[in-house]
Amino acid sequence: MNSLDVVGPQLAVLIAAGIIVVIDAVVPHQRRLIPYVALAGLAASALWTVSWVSRGYEDDIFGGTLALDEYAAFFYFLFAGITATIVLASIDWVEREGRRQGEYYVLVLTACSGLMFLAAARDLITIFLALELSSIPQYILAGWGKDEKSSEAGLKYLLLGAIASSLLLYGMALLYGLTGTTLLTEIGSEVAANGADNRSLLIVATTLLIAGFGFKMAIVPFQMWVPDVYQGAPTPVTAFLSVGSKAAAFAVVTRIFFEALSPEFLSNDWSMVFAVIAAVSMIIGNIMAIVQTDIKRMLGYSSIAQAGNILVGLAAVSAGGGDAFKLGGSGVLFFLAAYAFTNLGAFVAIIAISQQINSDRIKDYAGMWKRSPFLAVMLAFCLVSLTGIPPTAGFWAKIFIFNAAIRADLAWLVIIGVANSAVSAFYYLSVVKQMFLGEPAEDAARVSTSPSIALAVGAASIGVLVFFVIPMPLLSAAESAIQGLVPLT
Amino acid sequence: MALEGFGPAFAFWLLSAITLISAGGVMMARNLLHAVLFLIVTFIGVAGFFILLSAEFIAMAQVVIYVGAVAVLILFAILLTPRSARDNSETVWGAPAALLSIALAAVLIFVIHDTAWSETNSFQAPSVEDLGRALLSTWVLPFQLASVLLTAALIGAIMLVRSPEEEAEDALS
Repeated sequence: MNSLDVVGPQLAVLIAAGIIVVIDAVVPHQRRLIPYVALAGLAASALWTVSWVSRGYEDDIFGGTLALDEYAAFFYFLFAGITATIVLASIDWVEREGRRQGEYYVLVLTACSGLMFLAAARDLITIFLALELSSIPQYILAGWGKDEKSSEAGLKYLLLGAIASSLLLYGMALLYGLTGTTLLTEIGSEVAANGADNRSLLIVATTLLIAGFGFKMAIVPFQMWVPDVYQGAPTPVTAFLSVGSKAAAFAVVTRIFFEALSPEFLSNDWSMVFAVIAAVSMIIGNIMAIVQTDIKRMLGYSSIAQAGNILVGLAAVSAGGGDAFKLGGSGVLFFLAAYAFTNLGAFVAIIAISQQINSDRIKDYAGMWKRSPFLAVMLAFCLVSLTGIPPTAGFWAKIFIFNAAIRADLAWLVIIGVANSAVSAFYYLSVVKQMFLGEPAEDAARVSTSPSIALAVGAASIGVLVFFVIPMPLLSAAESAIQGLVPLT
Repeated sequence: MALEGFGPAFAFWLLSAITLISAGGVMMARNLLHAVLFLIVTFIGVAGFFILLSAEFIAMAQVVIYVGAVAVLILFAILLTPRSARDNSETVWGAPAALLSIALAAVLIFVIHDTAWSETNSFQAPSVEDLGRALLSTWVLPFQLASVLLTAALIGAIMLVRSPEEEAEDALS
């Protein structure tokens, strides 16, 4: 297969970014076309991925540094969808900011291509570069706003991100030193052959890997940056961070751990580590979320708890072979997709509301039902899905993950998870209560919705509903994706 | 191969001492300018290790890029910022951080000592030509990723430092 064809989806996104730079510089009065160029690039990227699904996949490209498998394709679709929603949700905000329009979309698209490479990379060097390619535009975007809070968010994210990257790099260096290769599959066979003698080194190396990626996943104890960055960054960027880089980090960790580090003497260790981190993340995230008065901060803490939920799935994968591998792995992928739809829907609704009321405080959401019935219903629906109550995709996501954990004999973790869902219901539903039962302030005007925002929030919410009614297509896509990985057990 | 005999071993310990002491100096120096000068010594020490490992090209790149470009850039940045920002600020976290680093170093030393590294006795250092070929064949994808990354970082850096006045002018044009 032609190597340009292989990186087609990323290339389509990057070409769109290039066209935007040219439009911005050469025909500035056509700037309003820019978001549509971005959307076209993302659509082309998705179509290219569709063409693979029909043409079949290829494993060994660019000297084995990139994989073109069902797993990568699943995430290509996910990232194209996430980025398209972000672009739609950004149109109003960027126009209102009135500056640097082209560059904003260029950075969003570049980050998207980095996320895609991350899902497909099969080699430590490529993984690291793809991670930086997705991170550096996000650092800049977090500091995009004009206020001090946004600059603080950008700087904090950059500095802590740099530390996380260096820990990751150290872990990679140790793995390379032990195995003499950076290709995941070769590391896998090397570890399976000689790993048992060098278990302590592998534990240190993978701890460093977890620390590096844990920063992107926003799991405890690598979560310190989350509330400040989520609150300070422009809301469209926060939405991007909360679903995009989180999903990509889970994608790459799942691939590394199951292509390179899956021998049994290791996976039992990981299972325990993942399980403990999952439990702590859920508990800390949920407890801290309860006391928040700023909705973006609240969603920041809740995203820590959600990352804990996803880790329950990873713990299940490592604990049991065979059946649990499939259940846990597909559960993780299903959860990531459902969470992406849900969280995006919630954030886009918040973008629309906060643009008009100029506030992120939860108490200013009082009586939103009377000011904008559409946004209030959509936001409520997404919050219900985040809690995991039917009729939403979030319900199935939690069922699949917890089911996998029970199969893997992690009942204690499931109990903690269910208890935490109950706790999370408290703060998610208190926003809903505020919106429907609270009284709006005297002078409160109606909140109107622009077509692009309505489209974005509508699409995300319909996704949440559709995947509740018919979860099977998404689940079977997740299953075949996870079987595309090559476990070495 | 390279580390047998008195000469290489002496060089190794000397370089280790230089690198570690100057790295400590980077953290301890109260004056940021002194810290950068220590940083340069650290970079040179690391370059020495690369030569010891027969990686001459990497050693040269280390000196040219880190000492020549990165450190000089940091020096410029410090000299161009207001005087008040030129000192390393005091922090109460010094002692806990030192304890943590020592613990981390102890764990790493123990683990590295405990590991059966695959050692090689015959090693042909790759020439620059080999490196170039590898970069443009097997590693062409990461190589290109790095260039996209630099482009994005460049665009972002320009955006971050532009003043509101420049942007206002831009909007008018």
